[in-house]
Amino acid sequence: MTSDTQTQEGAPPRESPPEPPETGGDEFNPEQHSDIGRLLIGLVGMVVTGWLLCNVFLAFAYYPEWFFDSKILIGVLALIAGVGGAYLLFMFINMFVEGMPGRLSRAVMPYAYVLPALAAITLMLIYPTLQTINYSFANADSTEYVGFDNYTEIFGSDEFRQSIFNNVLWLLIVPAVTVAVGVIVAVLADKLSQRGEKFGKAVIFTPMAISFVGASAIWGLIYAYNDPGATQTGLLNAIWVALGGDPVTWLNTSTFRLNSLLMMVILIWLQVGFAMILLSSAIKGVPEETLEAARIDGANELQIFWRVVIPQIMGTIITVFITVVIMVLKVFDIVYVLTNGNFKSNVIANLFFNKLFADNQAGQASAIVVVLLIAVTPVLVWQVRHFRAEEAAR
Amino acid sequence: MSQQTVVAEPPAAKAPKRPGGSKLMADGRPRSVFAIVMMTLLCILWTVPTLGLLVTSFRTREEAATSGWWSALAHPFESVWTTANYKGVFTGTADMGAGFLNSILVAIPATILPIMFAAFAAYAFTFMDFPGKDILFIVIVGVMVVPIQVAFSPLLDILGPEGLGISGEYIAVWLLHTGFGMPLAIYTLRNYMTTLPKTVIESAKIDGASHFQTFWKLIVPMSVPALAAFAILQFIWVWNDLLIAKLFLSQDNTTIIVKLQQLLGTQGQGAELLTAGAFVSMLLPLLVFFTLQRFFVRGLTSGAVKG
Repeated sequence: MTSDTQTQEGAPPRESPPEPPETGGDEFNPEQHSDIGRLLIGLVGMVVTGWLLCNVFLAFAYYPEWFFDSKILIGVLALIAGVGGAYLLFMFINMFVEGMPGRLSRAVMPYAYVLPALAAITLMLIYPTLQTINYSFANADSTEYVGFDNYTEIFGSDEFRQSIFNNVLWLLIVPAVTVAVGVIVAVLADKLSQRGEKFGKAVIFTPMAISFVGASAIWGLIYAYNDPGATQTGLLNAIWVALGGDPVTWLNTSTFRLNSLLMMVILIWLQVGFAMILLSSAIKGVPEETLEAARIDGANELQIFWRVVIPQIMGTIITVFITVVIMVLKVFDIVYVLTNGNFKSNVIANLFFNKLFADNQAGQASAIVVVLLIAVTPVLVWQVRHFRAEEAAR
Repeated sequence: MSQQTVVAEPPAAKAPKRPGGSKLMADGRPRSVFAIVMMTLLCILWTVPTLGLLVTSFRTREEAATSGWWSALAHPFESVWTTANYKGVFTGTADMGAGFLNSILVAIPATILPIMFAAFAAYAFTFMDFPGKDILFIVIVGVMVVPIQVAFSPLLDILGPEGLGISGEYIAVWLLHTGFGMPLAIYTLRNYMTTLPKTVIESAKIDGASHFQTFWKLIVPMSVPALAAFAILQFIWVWNDLLIAKLFLSQDNTTIIVKLQQLLGTQGQGAELLTAGAFVSMLLPLLVFFTLQRFFVRGLTSGAVKG
């Protein structure tokens, strides 16, 4: 922090924004006057930066030939413009607000910091959500209101009820299994040597970096099917045939929702690492004294685990569980890529996708996601309550 | 970094408390054979699927269609190995090279931008008091749960030809990822920032530092673990995203994951490219993950989730 005398407002060096004249003397001089220079520069800077940013980015989109059609050049320029622009924007906003009279400045400042982020959330999430609810009462190309027709339509269709059923199955199985396996792995890893623990955790954690599509490719190989008599190249069928069975087209088999279960395995495989990392650090946070006390009371390791460890990591268990629930509710990629919802394996997110893009039924598609939205509401309420409780405990 | 809420107890500290057992590990704890066996099994179970993909990606289509990859692994010298799949992935219709580049161009700005906006907001939510603060933050906590599908139809209108006309371009996807990543980013960063000592901020204020200076010179450097953790999470999320890229990027600009999804639909000719393509698509996130895992784990366990 440089404390040299106030430089002229003219051209603030980019790296070190000029020292604000007011803030230092707040205590002595609460009724400051506005600083017209800063106010003006801030305002002009904000407008110019915003205008430039919009135009540069639109130019990338509309006139790629200005940039020699070079993707790398556009990418690098966009990176500089985006990050630098965001920095400049904040700098000018800050300058503008600092230029205001002291009291006003302090009142407005927080909003200046929060506003850009809130604007993004409003524009990208809140407004579209409200608009989707609106669309769900309109026809296929959103030109006319049709009342509750879309809802009666989707609730009347087998496909939708099947998707709901499958989603419920996913919800019942995936979060619970993920947390359970996560706890098991965390406990086992805790008992290994330091090096073994590190290695084992890394192995289990790695799939987290793999995309759903990539994971589907990986597991597609395992679930592969060859005609009876031919060599089975899919691992699951190879084992199955070696045990004396006939090769099965696993992902086409809807008996007992086998295909859905096999796709759940993929998601569990991907997510256990995440669960394990959080649970492991919670387990390590359990005070040794509580375990010791239980041992002295004659509890065996299993009792200690259930009665001492589990209650103490319950908070983390619930957090992980909810995180996986949120992910499962919108599960899409795996189903889309592997079965596209055929063979009774459809889920809501995939049904939505196909209604919107394959069938061009914007109204029904909107109604479907509104149902999804209603389904997450309890989770949302829980999340907010949990947050409040946590804040109160702070 | 001493403010981590969940402090891992170094195993050595436990050593004297767990006596007994004939075979002890280096740190003095008893060696659990059961844990070793079970963990080994789990590790094998977790690796085999990816191993199968890796092995298959070096086999010809004929080979891969007539024998399992494990038999090729068992008889490495009688099998035909090839790198043609990897060459094929970068040439011809698969064109994963372009996809790879597109993914980078999408993922880097889509990682940095939300963090920057979120960091400012998180700072205000942590260190400033203003009317409406609680309500606004609760809105953010709530929005975190909203499934992004809810936003697609209206956003396609806004960004599409009848709106701004930028759908299909990188910028559309940057904006979307910035918006969608924002709630979690603010939440994570704020949670971390609340663990920073308030006294540091107070003394900076007394020294006459403005909020802008305090933010850049104190809070950002102190928040590096949380910033890095969220950056890794967001980068991997954006890189691995299928839905947004598929809907909002033109075929020329589309990411490697969309290209891979298109390959997955291929039967017969070209199907052998799938394995190599899948592996290429996984390379960068895996690399990022492994080199920065330390940051990631630390950030996850300290800021993101309170014990």
